[in-house]
Amino acid sequence: MNVSISINGDQVSREIEPRQLLVHFIRETPELTGTHWGCDTSNCGACVVLMDGKAVKSCTILAAMAEGHEIRTVESLEVDGRLDPVQQGFHEHHALQCGFCTPGMQMTARALLDENPNPTEEEIRIAISGGICRCTGYKNIVAAIRWAAEHEVTATQGV
Amino acid sequence: MKTPAPFEYERAASLDGAIATLQRLGPDARVIAGGHSLLPMMKLRLAQPKHLVDINDLDELSYIRRENGEIRIGALTRHVDLLRSNLLAEHFPVFRDAEEVIADPVVRNRGTIGGSLCQADAAEDLSAVCSAVKAKVVIRGANGERVVSMEDFHVGPYTTAVGDGELLTEIRIPIRPGGSSAHEKVERRAGDWAIAAASAAVWIEDGAIADVGIALSSVGLTTIHLTRAEELLRGKGPTRELFAEAGAIATEDCSPMPDGRGPVDYKRHLAGVLTTRALSRARARALNQEA
Amino acid sequence: MATTIENLPSEKSERPIGFGRLKRKEDARFIRGKGTYLDDIRLPGMVYGAMLRSPYAHARIVSIDTSRALAHPNVAAVITAKDLETLGLAWMPTISYDTQAVLAGDKVRFQGQEVAFVIATDEYSANDALELIDVEYEPLQAVVNARKALDADAPLIRDDKTGQRDNLASPTWEAGDEEATNKAFAEADTVVVRDIIYPRCHPAPLETCGMIADFNPETGQLDIYNGNQAPHAHRTVYAHVAGLAEHMIRIQCQDIGGGFGNKVPVYPGYVCAIAGSIVAGVPVKWVENRSENLMSTGFARDYVMHAEMCSKDGKITGLRVDAIADHGAFDSTAQPTKFPAGFFHIVCGSYDLEAAHVKVKAVYSNKAPGGVAYRCSFRVTEAVYLVERMVDALAMEMKVDPIELRMQSFIAPEQFPYETTTGWTYDSGNYAETMRVAMELAGYGDLRREQAEKRARGELMGIGVSFFTEGVGAGPRKHMDILGLAMNDGADLRVHPSGKAVVSISAQTQGQGHETTFAQIVAEELGIPPEDVEVRHGDTDRSPYGLGTYGSRSTPVSGGAVAVVSRKVRDKARLIAATMLEASPDDLAWEKGRWYVKGDPEKRALIEDIAARAYSGEELPAGMEGGLDAQVIYDPPNLTYPYGAYIAVVDIDPDTAHVTVRRFVAVDDCGVRINPMIVDGQIHGGLAEGIGIALMEVISFDEEGNCLNSSFMDYLIPTALECPDFELGETVTPCPHHPLGAKGVGESPNVGSPPAIVNAVIDALHETHGVDHLDMPCTPARVWAAMQGRPEPPQ
Repeated sequence: MNVSISINGDQVSREIEPRQLLVHFIRETPELTGTHWGCDTSNCGACVVLMDGKAVKSCTILAAMAEGHEIRTVESLEVDGRLDPVQQGFHEHHALQCGFCTPGMQMTARALLDENPNPTEEEIRIAISGGICRCTGYKNIVAAIRWAAEHEVTATQGV
Repeated sequence: MKTPAPFEYERAASLDGAIATLQRLGPDARVIAGGHSLLPMMKLRLAQPKHLVDINDLDELSYIRRENGEIRIGALTRHVDLLRSNLLAEHFPVFRDAEEVIADPVVRNRGTIGGSLCQADAAEDLSAVCSAVKAKVVIRGANGERVVSMEDFHVGPYTTAVGDGELLTEIRIPIRPGGSSAHEKVERRAGDWAIAAASAAVWIEDGAIADVGIALSSVGLTTIHLTRAEELLRGKGPTRELFAEAGAIATEDCSPMPDGRGPVDYKRHLAGVLTTRALSRARARALNQEA
Repeated sequence: MATTIENLPSEKSERPIGFGRLKRKEDARFIRGKGTYLDDIRLPGMVYGAMLRSPYAHARIVSIDTSRALAHPNVAAVITAKDLETLGLAWMPTISYDTQAVLAGDKVRFQGQEVAFVIATDEYSANDALELIDVEYEPLQAVVNARKALDADAPLIRDDKTGQRDNLASPTWEAGDEEATNKAFAEADTVVVRDIIYPRCHPAPLETCGMIADFNPETGQLDIYNGNQAPHAHRTVYAHVAGLAEHMIRIQCQDIGGGFGNKVPVYPGYVCAIAGSIVAGVPVKWVENRSENLMSTGFARDYVMHAEMCSKDGKITGLRVDAIADHGAFDSTAQPTKFPAGFFHIVCGSYDLEAAHVKVKAVYSNKAPGGVAYRCSFRVTEAVYLVERMVDALAMEMKVDPIELRMQSFIAPEQFPYETTTGWTYDSGNYAETMRVAMELAGYGDLRREQAEKRARGELMGIGVSFFTEGVGAGPRKHMDILGLAMNDGADLRVHPSGKAVVSISAQTQGQGHETTFAQIVAEELGIPPEDVEVRHGDTDRSPYGLGTYGSRSTPVSGGAVAVVSRKVRDKARLIAATMLEASPDDLAWEKGRWYVKGDPEKRALIEDIAARAYSGEELPAGMEGGLDAQVIYDPPNLTYPYGAYIAVVDIDPDTAHVTVRRFVAVDDCGVRINPMIVDGQIHGGLAEGIGIALMEVISFDEEGNCLNSSFMDYLIPTALECPDFELGETVTPCPHHPLGAKGVGESPNVGSPPAIVNAVIDALHETHGVDHLDMPCTPARVWAAMQGRPEPPQ
C-alpha cells in the first residue's frame, strides 16, 4: 500500500507493506536515522517521536496508522542552525554519553515542556520514565530539562 | 527488531463502517486502537491476525462526560485523558490512582480504555477498576447495542463478550451519593505489570457501607471479583477491623500463578494488604477525610 | 510554544585548556540525531541476515531442513553448520582458549544458541524466513544449577571436546596462603560464614550488537562495520579464523550505543555475516534484536560463593573464599591469560588482612556463554560484592558499627604501596579520609538517629555501606596478555604546521567522552586548545594497535599513552625551540603552550610557532628529522587502584516489602580527574546500574533451561523513578606511577553500589526480622520471603 506521512513538515510518500512499523518508515527516510530502536517490547523509549505534539513510541505504531498525523523527529529540533533549548540543555548538563537514548529523551522533554513549561523534578522523572538510559543515571537528564525550562523564550517575549 | 507477520490493513471511517468491516472479515480480523497490547504480541508473533481494522479515526468514541446520572467514557479514550480528567477524578478517583501506574506516560498517550478492557489480561488494572465501580459496557454490533455488566463482559482469560462483528463503544459508571474509590498496586519497577493490585469502591450512607466493589488484578487467570468480601462488608460500619477481614478474604479468594513477579504466597499476601489499603483509602475519600 | 534561542557560545575564558569541566565535542552530532550507529549504515547492494536460534537449552539436532526458507522469493541463502564446516568456520576460538560453535551442528547447548543464518533482501523477509526453517530436536536434560554441574549424574555438555569427561570449564585456581589463613581463623575471636550468590545479569546496552561485513572479491578487502570495544583484537581473530590477511581487514566502529562489556566478545552472528559476505560478494548486515541480546550475548557475573571471614581484637584478620563460576555452555570469558578467574582475588579488599585464601573453579552449564562483562573490571564486581557483604556480616556478628569495623581494618596511608595477601600491589590510598568524607556528606550520625526513631514506629529504614578498592587499567606486559596479545595501547600524535593536532588512540569509546577527554590530555600537556585536537579512534586502519576499552582501561592505559606521546612531542619541541631562541635546551622552561628562556619570559616560542618551524625549511637542531609528531606504545607499569566509599539509604514498606533507594552517596577517589563532569557522569550511570542489579536485574532460568528474562518486560532496568538524585563527593589521591596521576573510574560505581544497597536492605531488616543475608535481586517478593524467615537463592 502507499502511505504518505508528514514528517517534520515534509510529506514523505512510499510504497510499503501494511506491517511496516513507523520507526522503520522514519529510519528508511534519507537523513532521518536519528530515531532509534532498542527493544522488542515497547519498553526502552529509544524510538520516541512526537505525533501531533504528543510523545509516542514509534516502534508500536504502524506507518499506515501515522498517515494524516504530524510526526516530528529529533531532526526537527534545530531550526535554521539554532538549537532547541532542550538540545542546548542536554549539552550544558552532560545529559548524554553514548547518545543512543538521546533523541527519544529529547523528544519526550520537548513534548513535556510544550505542555508543562515549568515542571518539577518529580514531574520530569515521571515524564521520562518511559525511556531507559544505561549511561547517565538520569540525574543530568533531569538537570538538562530544568535548564531548558529556565531558558525557553516565548514568542511574546521575543528572543 | 522483531517484526510482525504480514496482514491486510483497513482504516475505519465511521463506527458503522467499522462494524460492517468486522462482520465481513470475521474472526480473521482484529481491531487496532492504541495498539500497545496488540502490536507487541504481533511482533512476538503470538498473535497473527490476517486483517487489522484501525479505528483511531473514530473521534466520536473519545470522550468522558456526565450523562443520565452516569459517567460515560468512550472506548477510544486514551489513558492520558483518563488520568487528566477532573470530572472522572472527582467522582471516581480510582481511575487517576490506576492511571498513574499504568505503563508509562508515553504509552499512555496511545493506549485506550477499550483496548485495555478487550485485552482481558488479568493484569489489566482498568478491568479491576471498572469492576470495582460497577461499570457496565456497551457493545455495538450490526443488530444494535447491548449493555453488559463487567462480570458478564469478562468471560475468561483474554476472552470477552465482544463477538465477531462487534465493537466495545462505551463504559458507563453509575454515580451514587456517598461514594469514593481507590486503587493500590505493587510493581517491581515503574511501568511494570502489577505483582498484585486492588481496586475498591465504597458507598457510605448513615455510617454504614451501602455498597462496595472490590476487584483484584494479576492474581488470577482473570480479574478477581471479591464477591465474598463485598457481602461481608455490605451494611456494616467501615472499620479498620472489617477491612482487615476483607483483606483476609482477598488472600484466600484469589488464585495467583507463580511467575517472575512473585510466588503464590507473596501474591496472596499482597492481595490482602492492598485490598485493605484500597478500602481504607476509598473510605477516607468517601468521608472527605483524606489529607 | 517556545521559539529557539541562539547557540550559547561558551565564554572562551571559562573553557579549560587541559583538565577541567569541558563540555563534550561529540555532543554536536548526538543532540541532532546525527550519530552513526551500526544500524544507520546502509551500503549499496546490502542484504540482511537473521539468526535462527534454539528453543531448547540442551538437545541433539536430528535434522535441519532449509528448503522452505530457500524457496522464499526474498531469501538469498541459508547457512548452517554443514556449510561453515567446508569453510572451516563451524567452530571458532574464544578469548579463553576454548572453542565455541558458530552454528550448532551436533547439539544445541543453550536456549538461544545459533542454529542457522538466513540472508534475505530485507529485514522483514529475513525474520519471516526464520519461521520456514524446520529443525528437529531431541531434547536432553539441561544443567542449570552451577552447584550441580559437577554431580556424577550431570549430563555432559561439552562432548565435542576430546578428553572432556565432566562439566568443569576451568580447574580450581588459587591465590593467597591456605596455611596462614587457617592460622588466622584458628586465632580469631569472631568468625562468620555465608553462602553468597552474585546472580547472572546482563549489560544490556541500549544499542544491541550487530555487524555489516563487506567483502570485496576483486580486491580481497574485508570492510567491517561493527560496534566493538576491541576492534584490533577482533581483526586479529578474524584474520586467524577466516584465513584472511590481517592488513586486508578494516574494522570501523563509528558510534556505539553503549558497550559495558557486551561488545567485547566475537559473536557467531559476526562470523556468519563475514562468511555470508565472502560467499555472496555483497555487504551483509546482521543486527540482533533485544531478546537475542539478552539470551545469547555476553552476560555478567553468575558466581556462587562460599566465604568465611574472621576478626581479632576488633580488626578483620582473615578471609577464605571458595567460588564456582558459571561460564555457560562455552568458555568465552575475557580476562588476561594468567588469570582465569580474572581479578577476583582482589577480594582481599581494602583491609590490612593477615591472610586470605581464594579458590575459584569454573563450570559449564546450558546457558549462554560469557561471564566477564557489565563494568566488572574482570570480576572485581564479584570480589568487592563478596568482601563488602562479609564485612557487614562480621560487623553484625561483632555487634559493631559497619563503618567502625572498616576504619579499624583499613590499610593505612603509610602502608602504600601495599602488597596484599593475594598478590596485588595497591598504588596509593587514604581510605579513612574518603570514608569520612562520605560519612559527612551523608550525615551518617543523623541517619542512624533517624533510623532508630523510625524503627520505634515500625518503619523500616536501612543504611548500607561499601568501601571498595579495585584494580583497573590492564595491564603490564610482564603479567598480562589476552590470547597472547599484550595489553598495551598505542597513541600517535601529529601536530600539523598550523599547530593543530590529531591524536589517534587504541581506546574505543562507547559513550565515555574520549573525543573530549583525550583532547584535554593533549591540551594539558602541550597547550593546544582541545577544540584544535582531533581524536581519532574506532578505525583499525587509522589507529594504533591496542586492546580496546573495557576494564576501565582507557584512562590508565590509553590516557597514559597520550600523556607520554604528548611529552615526547614536547621534548622535541623543546629542542626546536632552543634552536629558534638560540638558547640551550637546559635554559628553557615550559609553561603550558610555550617554551621560554628561564628568567626572560618574553623570549619564548609558542607551540604553534614551533610546529610551523618543524615543517619549514629553516634550521632545525643538528640531526633532527622534520615534523612534529611521535608514536608510543604504552606499557603500564602496574594496574591502577581507584577506590571509594559509598553509603545507601533505603526504605522498605513493612507490608509489601517494596524497596526504595532514598539516597545514594558516592565518594570516589580515582586520582587526578581529567574532566570532572565526565567522571561524575560515569559514576551516575554506574550507580543506576548498581540499583538495577541490586533490586531488579537478573537473568534466570527454569529447570529445563528456558531463559525467563529475555525481554525488557522481564529484564527490568531502572528508570528515572528508581534512581535517587545521586550525591557525589571526591577525594584525590594521585596514582604514583601513572603519567597523569589518574586512575580511571568507569567501573567503580558498578563495583561499589550493589553491596551498599544490599547491606542497606539487610540493615533495615536485621533487628526487626532477624535477616542476616539476602541474595540479589532484592525484589519485593524476595525481600518479603526474607522477612518471613525464608530467604532463597535466586534460582
